Amino acid sequence: MKTTKDVCVFNILGYTLIGLWCLVCIFPIILLISGSLSVESDISQFGFSIIPRHFTGAAYNLIFKAPGELMQAYGVTIFITVVGAGLGLIITAMTAYVISRKDFRYRNPITFFFYFTTLFNGGLLSTYIFVIRYLRLKNSLLALILPLLINVFYLLIMRSFVSSVPESIVESGKIEGCSDYTIFFRLVLPLLKPALATIGLFLALDYWNDWYNAMLYITDHKLYPLQYMLYNLLSATDAMSRVATNTGIPMGSLPSQSLKMAMAVVATGPIILIYPWVQKYFIKGITVGSVKG
Amino acid sequence: MLLPAVLIVLVFIYIPMTGLVLAFKNYQYNLGVFASPWVGFDNFRYFFESGTGLKITWNTVFFNVINLLTSQGLAIIIAIIFNEMRARYFKKLSQSVIFLPYFISWIIVGAFIYNIFDYNSGMLNASIKALGGQPLDMYNADNAGLWVLVIMFFNSWKWVGYNSIIYIAAITGVDQECYEAADIDGANIFQKIRSVTMPAILPTIVVILLLNVGRLLRGDFQMYYQIVGNNGQLFDTTDVIDTFVFRSLISTGDIGMTAAATFYQSVFCFVTIMVVNRIVKKTNPDYALF
Repeated sequence: MKTTKDVCVFNILGYTLIGLWCLVCIFPIILLISGSLSVESDISQFGFSIIPRHFTGAAYNLIFKAPGELMQAYGVTIFITVVGAGLGLIITAMTAYVISRKDFRYRNPITFFFYFTTLFNGGLLSTYIFVIRYLRLKNSLLALILPLLINVFYLLIMRSFVSSVPESIVESGKIEGCSDYTIFFRLVLPLLKPALATIGLFLALDYWNDWYNAMLYITDHKLYPLQYMLYNLLSATDAMSRVATNTGIPMGSLPSQSLKMAMAVVATGPIILIYPWVQKYFIKGITVGSVKG
Repeated sequence: MLLPAVLIVLVFIYIPMTGLVLAFKNYQYNLGVFASPWVGFDNFRYFFESGTGLKITWNTVFFNVINLLTSQGLAIIIAIIFNEMRARYFKKLSQSVIFLPYFISWIIVGAFIYNIFDYNSGMLNASIKALGGQPLDMYNADNAGLWVLVIMFFNSWKWVGYNSIIYIAAITGVDQECYEAADIDGANIFQKIRSVTMPAILPTIVVILLLNVGRLLRGDFQMYYQIVGNNGQLFDTTDVIDTFVFRSLISTGDIGMTAAATFYQSVFCFVTIMVVNRIVKKTNPDYALF
């Protein structure tokens, strides 16, 4: 066995670095959770800390006692996530299927049509004026769903996946006299399950975390998605006063600091909880997407 | 079958491109985009002469470059270490942990920032006070430089995991025989990395750099907005084109400046990526994007 001194040094450096970076990665999250479980007066007096001086579930109690706005926001987010990801998935898969077919005459121009949007676009101003004024989508759920529906990167990743479906399947479908739609939905789609899972999850994550579209186009607070509602709570005082009215507790006695932290935990909790299971789909997706490059 | 996708892209991206003409017009709300009067380069003149143009361009490019270097650099190092790692459980666990920040929205990061840097209750000041020091007012213009580090840090925090996956994929594609040959030649692990691994992932690094060059003038709006918030004092150091455009549009309603900045950004990015791609095609066609 050759000398392992260099491997030893490498390992010490390597593991330490990785270990440190891991700590760095979860540090903010731990702070957040700790903040949500701290007693409010401790926070005002001593500030936030890694481990709460005194534990309390007060903030969470408050949230679950009067969940009104939170439930509303959850509802909006779940709705746009399911509808958006579902719709986006079907459309992306269909489009990827078409542009992957070698016998499709307009394959290259159409692919370029999509690809070009990654190089150049009209920017925030144009899109904003367009959506608000000409499409009149202000305060509409469509404004939250439509912008994220087509993502060219996901389209190209999906195309890679679809290309791996054997030509013979499509050919046999044509011989049977099936229409394109039938071939796609009954023959190709079932073979794409892992791809659908991957892109579906990517889309779902985009929708779940989106607050930008809400900030631009939504002013009705009954239509706020989860992240935007949280943003409001963190930055605007009127959101907090609405909580005060909902729960009947005067503003002064609200555990506002820990409440903000608790809301943040609740907003991102589902993601962190399902993360271990869906992680591998994202890794696969990124790997496929990068290898194509 | 293509119709839905084509329609949406047409409506949401291509048609708004026509809105770029607003850079040359004086937008009147009641007249709409196409009937508003033309004003030539006035908007641009104001944008650059007021000093804002240059300042936010510099900020955008500066941040993009240092963010790129730190997040990619760290990702490469981590990918290389992962590749050599033998402890399976630690490897899986740490990869999960490192990838996790990608899933956390910037709003939550905003909550972190509040948690750590708030003048009264932030963890940073609490620790400083406990050690007997003077609390730090992060939101003061004098301390604006510190935000560069904060932005750099959180950008890496979010993206290193994601980026490392790309590099790990590239490294996995390296032929094991190369490593064995290096072993026979008596290379130690550091030499192996330098001679086998690095050259193998060079194409990937180049492609990623190219992709990012085309985005040199585009800032990740969500990140800057959530980390810095709406603090006027910090704008000199941390304002980028995207946050400026957003503020001009939503807060001040200055359509002219907004349009000029947007136009300038889109065109510049496009030209940059075309030029760079052309240069790369001439030197080494394999690396070109298209």
